[in-house]
Amino acid sequence: MLGLLYAVVGGGIRAGTPILYATLGEVIAERAGIVNLGVEGAILAGACAGFITTAHTQNPWLGIAAAALAGGAASLVHAFMVVTLRANQIASGLALMFLCLGVTSFVGRPYVAVKINAVPQLAIPGLSDIPVVGGLFFQHDALVYGAYLLAPLIWIVLTFTKWGLALRAVGERPDVAFAAGLSPAAIQYAAVVAGGILAGLAGAHLSLAYARSWVEGMSNGRGFIAVALVIFATWHPLRSVVGALVFGAVFALQLQIQARGVALSPYFLDMTPYLLTLAGLLLWGRTRRYAMPEALKSVFEGVT
Amino acid sequence: MRRLGSGARHLDCSVTGVYLRLEGITKSFPGILANSNIHLEVGRGEILALLGENGAGKSTLMKVLYGFYRPDAGTISIDGRPVVLDSPSDAIRAGIGMVFQSFMLIPAFSVAENIALALPRLGVWLDSGQIRERLRDLASRYGLAADADAKVWQLSGGEQQRVEILKLLVSGARILILDEPTSVLAPHEVDGLFTVLRTLRDDGYTIVFITHKLREVMAIADRITVLRKGSVVGTVPRDGTSEEDLAEMLVGLRDVRATSFSRAAQASEARTVLSVDDVSVRGERGRAGLSHVSLHVDAGEIGGVAGVTGNGQSELGEVVLGRLSPDHGHVYLEDVDVTRWSTAKILAHGVGVIPEDPLRMGVAPGLTVTENMVLNERRRFMPGAGLYADWRAIRRAIEARIENFGLAIPRLTLPVGTLSGGNVQRLLLLREIGRRPKLLVAFYPTRGLDIAATRMAHDLLVAARNAGAAILVVSEDLDELFALCDRLVVFSRGTVVGTFKSGDVDAVEVGLRMTGGGKREAWSPSPA
Ligand SMILES: Nc1ncnc2c1ncn2[C@@H]1O[C@H](COP(=O)(O)OP(=O)(O)OP(=O)(O)O)[C@@H](O)[C@H]1O
Ligand SMILES: [Mg+2]
Repeated sequence: MLGLLYAVVGGGIRAGTPILYATLGEVIAERAGIVNLGVEGAILAGACAGFITTAHTQNPWLGIAAAALAGGAASLVHAFMVVTLRANQIASGLALMFLCLGVTSFVGRPYVAVKINAVPQLAIPGLSDIPVVGGLFFQHDALVYGAYLLAPLIWIVLTFTKWGLALRAVGERPDVAFAAGLSPAAIQYAAVVAGGILAGLAGAHLSLAYARSWVEGMSNGRGFIAVALVIFATWHPLRSVVGALVFGAVFALQLQIQARGVALSPYFLDMTPYLLTLAGLLLWGRTRRYAMPEALKSVFEGVT
Repeated sequence: MRRLGSGARHLDCSVTGVYLRLEGITKSFPGILANSNIHLEVGRGEILALLGENGAGKSTLMKVLYGFYRPDAGTISIDGRPVVLDSPSDAIRAGIGMVFQSFMLIPAFSVAENIALALPRLGVWLDSGQIRERLRDLASRYGLAADADAKVWQLSGGEQQRVEILKLLVSGARILILDEPTSVLAPHEVDGLFTVLRTLRDDGYTIVFITHKLREVMAIADRITVLRKGSVVGTVPRDGTSEEDLAEMLVGLRDVRATSFSRAAQASEARTVLSVDDVSVRGERGRAGLSHVSLHVDAGEIGGVAGVTGNGQSELGEVVLGRLSPDHGHVYLEDVDVTRWSTAKILAHGVGVIPEDPLRMGVAPGLTVTENMVLNERRRFMPGAGLYADWRAIRRAIEARIENFGLAIPRLTLPVGTLSGGNVQRLLLLREIGRRPKLLVAFYPTRGLDIAATRMAHDLLVAARNAGAAILVVSEDLDELFALCDRLVVFSRGTVVGTFKSGDVDAVEVGLRMTGGGKREAWSPSPA
């Protein structure tokens, strides 16, 4: 039993990492008033670009950089569609997702069985020697630490700096931000691209550290889970960590149950994270709307 | 009726030491010339009032000055130097600040955060200590106190306005533009604002002030520029003019004598149309709530609700209209208990509404004037299954109604979102009174209307009353309430603090009760 708990917590931290990156990225975009349903696509773009780069250079760090670039570039398309062309955010996001799915499946096909140098494990000296805790929290790859450090960092930037203030102002009332001398369009571009870079990192963790392989469509709906998590987290970076850990734990539990040969249909197990999302939306989706940035309401409810 | 002197009138009062100069400003929107070759000069340490009827182009001119709109022609110079204002940030850099007709504050942000947005040289880290200190300075200098940590949605209209002015001051603006700043204020708050503005003027600020109220113009302005249909009619010094002169300049040669309404005597045994019985609503998110409110309005009666905005009036309206269900108590419409009815059902029962926030709750800004006019009366204007609408006939019907009521709305085919503030209000009055409701709930019915239109609106309301409608008017304008109402209910903190027959009470008494009593000096009675 303790072994299971250990595996679920440790696995949850790892499985929660890509979800956390994606969620933080979406928090940034949505706090600026833009919903990016294309995160799913940006994750795939990151996973694919990161994997291909690493396969050719055998350098996972270059792979991570490529993933970030690919995620940012994919989201730049979304920013151009919705900010410059004023396209519908939902439609543009979905289109981007399918576009990325198609492109990465095609480009990634030759790399499906390729072996790569994964992102190395990084045991924190000293801390990792603590019994139980050390193994659980301080023996991961660098991207894991990055995600959990990024959450408070983003919170600080959003809350206590002028950039965060400007970004939140645009997400609440773009007209007010404009009257205050800010450029809502530039800020939204920056936010969406920053969100895309984080989604790209989510992809990098998936293909370069978590699965260490490329499979088409390997993001498996994590992008959409991230979009839902943003609502549970009430658009708050720190609360995103909790959500990501819960979902990570569910993924890990699912693997454990399968590994221990419990007689549950694997198809049912595969469904659990998504069922959890639906249940969460039912329970909290409506009541938490008060925290929604005002400008998003026009996207979701059709009113301004 | 006197005639207007002539166009040459403004020549004899050019200011010395012009600080802000607009020359030949022209701005057109598709199908309308909103500003046509406008010249305007304001000195340092001067308050200029900009007067004009609804749609005269005041807001447009000020938005040009603030870089919101680019003018088609014309130049702007500040302190003798020409400036190009292509965006609000250019204007801010040139030292221009504006308080818009609808506030530009972010409700979810704290006061300090809203102020920080306006700070020109903001460090990377939000230094709340520095902001607080600035606020304390300004509070002691100008009497503009504000709680830095309060969220803006918690503030009353008057407090929000104070934050707006603070924003301008911290941003280093030397030219302050205020677009109808008094329309959201209670009477005693207007006096407070004027005190602040006078101090600012004496400190050398240049102030442009838009209003429809001549009394305010005479109280605060040094000079007055009047716009009509996008052009300057004239500029006059305050000390050489009178309210009557101004009224004439405003509307041209039309007759502006006050119509005295003929008030039909009320039937002695009038039916009660609306009855609110011991209603309570919990206040949340900074709202006042209601506690044990009872009132009634009879057929052929105008009942007034007096109170400072945010003391439960909007909750009362929402309860009556079925948008908020009370925790306690009942609402009756002609003896039918409608407490749990849906809004649609209540409206269909013959209730008309002029909402508090017209653009948000009264009209669909993207639809045209015509479409908005028929929105609530689809059955009347589109008989049959609704598959076909004869828009030409509809337009004729609406034009007839406009003709009848005398409240003009220009350009029926344009989206309502592009109308001036006052014209949106006209549309609502026409639509809701035109439905001949049994009960009309009217929030601030003349907010943003010019003088002539205000009189027209009052006439319409009284005519509807004389025809037997029950009318509930919610307003902060005591002059208006006294002119219109048969009975007055005074609200403070979500409770009824007084009910009067309108002949039995004076404005001072009502003003005192509105503000919770005690502060007699805070509100000075109107000279009218
Ligand atoms: N964005 C816009 N697009 C089209 N027309 C507009 C736009 N803004 C204003 N107008 C038109 O320009 C004219 C002047 O409007 P403006 O808002 O300046 O009037 P105003 O003097 O401020 O009136 P009010 O006292 O009612 O606020 C109106 O006829 C209005 O319909
Ligand atoms: Mg206006």
